[in-house]
Parts: sequence; structure tokens; C-alpha cells
Amino acid sequence: MRQIVIIGSGPAGYTAAIYAARANLRPLVIASSVEFGGELMKTTEVENFPGFPEGIMGPELMMKMQEQAEKFGAEIVYDDVTKLELAGDVKKIHLGNGDVVEALAVIYATGSEYRKLGLEDESRLSGYGVSWCATCDGAFFKQKKVAVVGGGDSALEEATFLTRFADKVLLVHRRDELRASAAMQDRAKADPKIEFLWNQEVAHIYGDERVTGFGLVNTVDGTETTHDLDGLFIAIGADPRTHLIHGQLDLTPEGTIAVQGRSSKTNLAGVFAAGDVVDPTYKQAITAAGSGTVAALDAEHYLADLPAELLAKAAPEPAAA
Amino acid sequence: MSSAKDVTDASFEAEVLKSEKPIMVDFWAEWCGPCRAVSPILDKIAEENAEKLSIVKLNVDDNPATAEKYGITSIPAMYVFQNGEVVKRVIGAKPKPALEADLAEFLA
Repeated sequence: MRQIVIIGSGPAGYTAAIYAARANLRPLVIASSVEFGGELMKTTEVENFPGFPEGIMGPELMMKMQEQAEKFGAEIVYDDVTKLELAGDVKKIHLGNGDVVEALAVIYATGSEYRKLGLEDESRLSGYGVSWCATCDGAFFKQKKVAVVGGGDSALEEATFLTRFADKVLLVHRRDELRASAAMQDRAKADPKIEFLWNQEVAHIYGDERVTGFGLVNTVDGTETTHDLDGLFIAIGADPRTHLIHGQLDLTPEGTIAVQGRSSKTNLAGVFAAGDVVDPTYKQAITAAGSGTVAALDAEHYLADLPAELLAKAAPEPAAA
Repeated sequence: MSSAKDVTDASFEAEVLKSEKPIMVDFWAEWCGPCRAVSPILDKIAEENAEKLSIVKLNVDDNPATAEKYGITSIPAMYVFQNGEVVKRVIGAKPKPALEADLAEFLA
């Protein structure tokens, strides 16, 4: 049995791992099989993470966090959690490879996943012109016409990024004002390649083998229009990844995991949550990292108060996961 | 990156289109995080199925002609070729069991 298992390998998970490892808790990080490193793996330059005045590439930052956690004794498993049993003193974590890991404390830091439009052709054309990641796929749209759906910072960031490659970027938003920060708005509005389509919702995506166009509906007067298009980038937000803990952990009205005050304590003793999965508001790498620290310290205090006979079962003998 | 052999615009015809057994091309780029994530999984699949399926990789930045020809708009894109034709397309990084399920007909 482990003292502590951390589920998730973004800034929250790895920062929790660094703290827990330095406290000699020998954390096991379940990093996921393909989405390890979290959302920053899909970004390019990160310019707002303190300590990197020249900026750092998102994937490189995550590799460094991982290295730092491993240096202090964290172990990392590249697998996915399929089921969690979180009630009681001993938590059970079921993995994709069939293993069941037991632990006295769990830090849940699974982040969030991109929202979909919910259109029939969206999944079919995903990877064939429909994308959730401009930094991943933008370079394939040199001299093409693309659209970004959304009105927040990430939508404008994607639109601005895409102007490096595309000739034309349509920004489709269902209202007539943006949520995005003033700075992002000013930058996008000043860009001659970006055209704003206000009060529009995507109703259809066209294309057999790949995206060739899309159909919009005006949210005010219902008028329908069709546009030629080579790529459609969807940036309408993300939802906390909570499917594994439904019915076990309490959620907030926003759908994030409910924690007590500024702590990481969930409604279950020994279960702590950190990162975007508890944060409906800020969702930054650095806030996630801070929240990972809180979770590791909360878990450390929880473990210190457990009865000695229980702790003895999680002796530091590192089980092979 | 993965230990798979590199193919290029120049070698694509000889190495991929004229391959005798099914061959999977992993279209990737240096800047692509998900490509980095999937490459060790592909190495593993290649190792376990060496007799049935070859796996090679093609850098889309260095070899834009081939990427363009096959309409690649999202990477990692893993296309299986047989007798010079694309017979299977898998897009995006996935866990090993999911990739094996996608490729089942070539691994059996």
C-alpha cells in the first residue's frame, strides 16, 4: 500500500508530487497514458510562469516539473485510472492495465477537458479540419481560411496564433461582446486577418473527407449563412474532468470538486483535490501549481494524524505500483 | 522521439508505397506534445508486432509535400499503407489498448 497517490500530471499533480516526495511520502503519480503533462503539453511558449523571463515551451516546462518530482523520489505510472473507491481509510485506485493500487491518501488533479459543440459531424471531421488545438494543428493551414468558435481569452489567443499561417481567420461568437481580456481583444481587433462574426452559432460543419465549409445561424434574427472554410477551431471552454468521482465527491454548482475554504479537502477524509478540477475561475498553470502545493501539505498533515498501525501498512517499501 | 525509422518526401515511394507488408506512417513534428506522448506507445506496438506491421515516422515540417498530399491537418496522424494505398487512418494520441483496437486487423 502507498501513503499517497496523485492522479493527474499537470502543474497541480507534479507540484503536489514534488512536495510529497520531499516530505518522504514516496508518492505515486498516475500520469495518464497519453495526456500526461496536462494542458501545457498542447501549448507553445509560456510567458507568464514566474522564473522564466525568456519564456519556456509548455511541454518543456512539464518535463522539468516531472524531472523535479522524480528527483525527490516520486514514481510515475503512464496509465489511466478506470475506477476509484475513495470511501474508508484505504483508497483503491483501479488502473487500465488491471492493477489496483491502494493508498491512504489521494490527491485528485485531473484538470479539465475541452467542450464540444455537440454537432453530428464534429467528431467525424475531428482531425480532418476540426480541431481543439491551434498550436498543434495551425501550421497545416498555411494560406487557408479558418474559423475559431468562442469568445474567451483562449479563443482570441487561438485566432491570433492562427494568423501566423492562415490568410483569413473568422472569429465566431454567439453574443455581440467578448469575455476575453481587454488586451487580447485589442490585439485581435487590430489584426487585419481576423474578421469577427457576432451573434452567430455554428449549426453545420460540411465536408466529406475534410472540412470544406460551415453553416451559421444568427442568434438574434435566425438568419442562416454558409461559408467556405478549411479549418474549424473550437475554443468554447472546458469542463472539469470529474466522471471518475461522481457520487463519491461533492461538486460545486459550477461542476468543479467542492473543497473546504482555501484548503484542498473534499467531503471524504484523505481525499484532496487540486488544479483546474477545483477551479472554475483562474485556471492558470501557476494557480494549479499553488493548489497542488496546498493539497500535498493537507495530505501530509492528514497522514501525520493517522493511527500508527494504519501507517505501518503503508511502510516506505516502494511497491512496484 | 520514437526510435522508428525516418521516411522523407524523397524516400516515401520506395519505403512506404512499395512496402511488401502493411506499414504505418506516424506523421509528427518536433513542436507537437501529443506526438511526443504517443511515440513510445508506437515503439512498443512496433516491437511487439515486428513481423506483421512496420512503423516509420515522417516529420511534417521537413517533408511538407507528403503531408500535404495525404491531407494531414492534425498530428499525430497515423496512416497505414498497404500496396501503396491508405487503408487505415488513426488521428490523435491514444492509450495503447485503444491504438491496438484501431489497428487490430493489422496486428492479428
